[in-house]
Amino acid sequence: MTTTPEEQDTGVSLGMPQLPAPDYPADVRARLGADAKEIIARYPGSRSALLPLLHLVQAEEGHVTRTGMRFCAETLGLTTAEVTAVATFYTMYRRKPSGDYQVGVCTNTLCAVMGGDAIFEELKQHLGVGNDETTEDGKITLEHIECNAACDFAPVVMVNWEFFDNQTPQSAKRLVDDLRAGVPVEPTRGAPLCTYKETARILAGFPDERPGAVEASGGAGPASLIGLRLAKGEASQRRVVHPRAGGPQTDAPAEHLSSHDAPQQTSASDPAHPAGPTAEEGE
Amino acid sequence: MTLAAEIDNETSPEKLLSPVLSAFWDEEKPWTLETYRRHEGYEGLRKALAMAPDDLIAYVKDAGLRGRGGAGFPTGMKWQFIPQGDGKPHYLVVNADESEPGTCKDIPLLFANPHSLIEGIVIACYAIRSSHAFIYLRGEVVPVLRRLHEAVREAYAAGYLGKNVLGSGLDLELTVHAGAGAYICGEETALLDSLEGRRGQPRLRPPFPAVAGLYACPTVVNNVESIASVPAILNRGKDWFKSMGSEKSPGFTLYSLSGHVTNPGQYEAPLGITLRQLLDMSGGMRAGHRLKFWTPGGSSTPMFTDEHLDVPLDYEGVGAAGSMLGTKALQCFDETTCVVRAVTRWTEFYAHESCGKCTPCREGTYWLVQLLRDIEAGKGSMGDLDKLNDIADNINGKSFCALGDGAASPIFSSLKYFRAEYEQHITGRGCPFDPAKSTLWADRPADHAEVNA
Repeated sequence: MTTTPEEQDTGVSLGMPQLPAPDYPADVRARLGADAKEIIARYPGSRSALLPLLHLVQAEEGHVTRTGMRFCAETLGLTTAEVTAVATFYTMYRRKPSGDYQVGVCTNTLCAVMGGDAIFEELKQHLGVGNDETTEDGKITLEHIECNAACDFAPVVMVNWEFFDNQTPQSAKRLVDDLRAGVPVEPTRGAPLCTYKETARILAGFPDERPGAVEASGGAGPASLIGLRLAKGEASQRRVVHPRAGGPQTDAPAEHLSSHDAPQQTSASDPAHPAGPTAEEGE
Repeated sequence: MTLAAEIDNETSPEKLLSPVLSAFWDEEKPWTLETYRRHEGYEGLRKALAMAPDDLIAYVKDAGLRGRGGAGFPTGMKWQFIPQGDGKPHYLVVNADESEPGTCKDIPLLFANPHSLIEGIVIACYAIRSSHAFIYLRGEVVPVLRRLHEAVREAYAAGYLGKNVLGSGLDLELTVHAGAGAYICGEETALLDSLEGRRGQPRLRPPFPAVAGLYACPTVVNNVESIASVPAILNRGKDWFKSMGSEKSPGFTLYSLSGHVTNPGQYEAPLGITLRQLLDMSGGMRAGHRLKFWTPGGSSTPMFTDEHLDVPLDYEGVGAAGSMLGTKALQCFDETTCVVRAVTRWTEFYAHESCGKCTPCREGTYWLVQLLRDIEAGKGSMGDLDKLNDIADNINGKSFCALGDGAASPIFSSLKYFRAEYEQHITGRGCPFDPAKSTLWADRPADHAEVNA
């Protein structure tokens, strides 16, 4: 499976084994070594630390490099082959340099049907990249992802594994435009975005120290509360899409649910005063 | 199926729903220890610690709690299988790798109420005599990971974790472990291999994890919702728990409604509620559309149609109707949805997520995808339909783990209920559906597009 730089250039196998990966600079190695020690201490068996260690080296370089895998192997007393076997099994480990923001569009059946396919197609065109490709400015890597356990918020887009629920092609395009322009972006569920490297460090098991990160976006998303509100006899609300930095949100009444739940006069039932944003958002 | 029927008292949501785990998700900071304690949090633990561990196991077994992760195995029985006095460490591993397509209950539960899981973990570890537990959380949900980190920190600080928990003599370490993207790690033995730092591939059983699990030591692997349900059982009593649901499927559970419904979301109810009841109370299918097909518990459970609206959604009821309760992920699709497209996409998922260990699954899912893509594109032949059935039959029950069976389910069930639609793709040389009509925004007036779904 190994290739030398010459082979990568020429596409011709010269039968030469790849040279060992270079080590991290001494200061980086010392810093990562201290982190690794902390990770290993969480487990009765040191090899259990391999997945978090791979997240850790990904936090260092943005993807899992040969140097990172060498570090994991030496730290845990494994061969680089054993580490490579693991790193290549899991989809969250990137094996090539990628963007600061990983934009993942769910295209598993439910999200795809609800509009995920359309969102993914529009983003490909809008960004001029294909699946698992990065924009020229190095900001965005576009991917289609599998079901991310948010089907009641479909269609779902994840950016650096924070939730952007109930997306449309328009909102998704605005999202990537903001990301490329450096406009601060907040997910519908999750904390204000950090870079992919910083995300990988949280995944390695180091809590997000930013003030307010745990609290961000509130207790539960609207869909998570819908059954509870019904059970408490509160009027159900039509589901509200949260346009990021978008227009006003309305709480329009839904169906006529019971005899004591009479419909109320709101802007949604008053065509003269539409509640939607003034911008054109139609398909 | 637009349901606008007048709802009388007997079918009012207040009567049909039973929020327990979700009861205070609407508070300002439901994930904090402070909020959890205000709602009798960690009271179940105090009651559990007053019992002998074996009595505690018997109590959970008597309550009849069954696994909420898909298979429905009695939770107390799993605990009882752990050999005691064997001199080996025992482990509890919580499966929070929620990745089954359609399934979206554990993630909102952990986001809003992580302490219910932590309390359940302490109770379970006291029962099985474990001093180290793990939460294996899928990696792709960083917002949940943050709150788990914080909740575990709070629990240590409050003395619910660490040395001598609440003076009981129990020492307990809890490690939150983030996965790295692999559906197969939801399979319990693949999860254990992954937690040991290996590729997530299933193990041959026996030995079962209860005998040789994590580090070859006795291990209980339970789903998030199963463990999180335990504190309420202890606090309010097994009779209260058994007063909900049926004799063989007692208790409450989270139903996740998604797809072409007016109000997708989480509905916590006694086991045995029907999809018709859930749709009736929640506003039905989206306006102007009819239910076409749905899954009772994720894509791996054979699909249902509008014939099955009155099937009681409990382990026996769904089983008797030819499917499985699974994760109670009720993905509802209306008449605008192409069933061939849906099944093709699920099958692509199984092919992508097949770990490659066993031949029937690795090769079978690959060939299913080739056939389905051809059929969807109008390049199939009638013989392909029998071939699909054949290949699915060669995977089902013949692969190493349940992923293969799951891959076969949508094939079998869609051919059973919608064979004519497959044939239509073949004879018509293409898909007769317009995907634009299925989208969330398909029926929105243009000027309301962003606000009203």
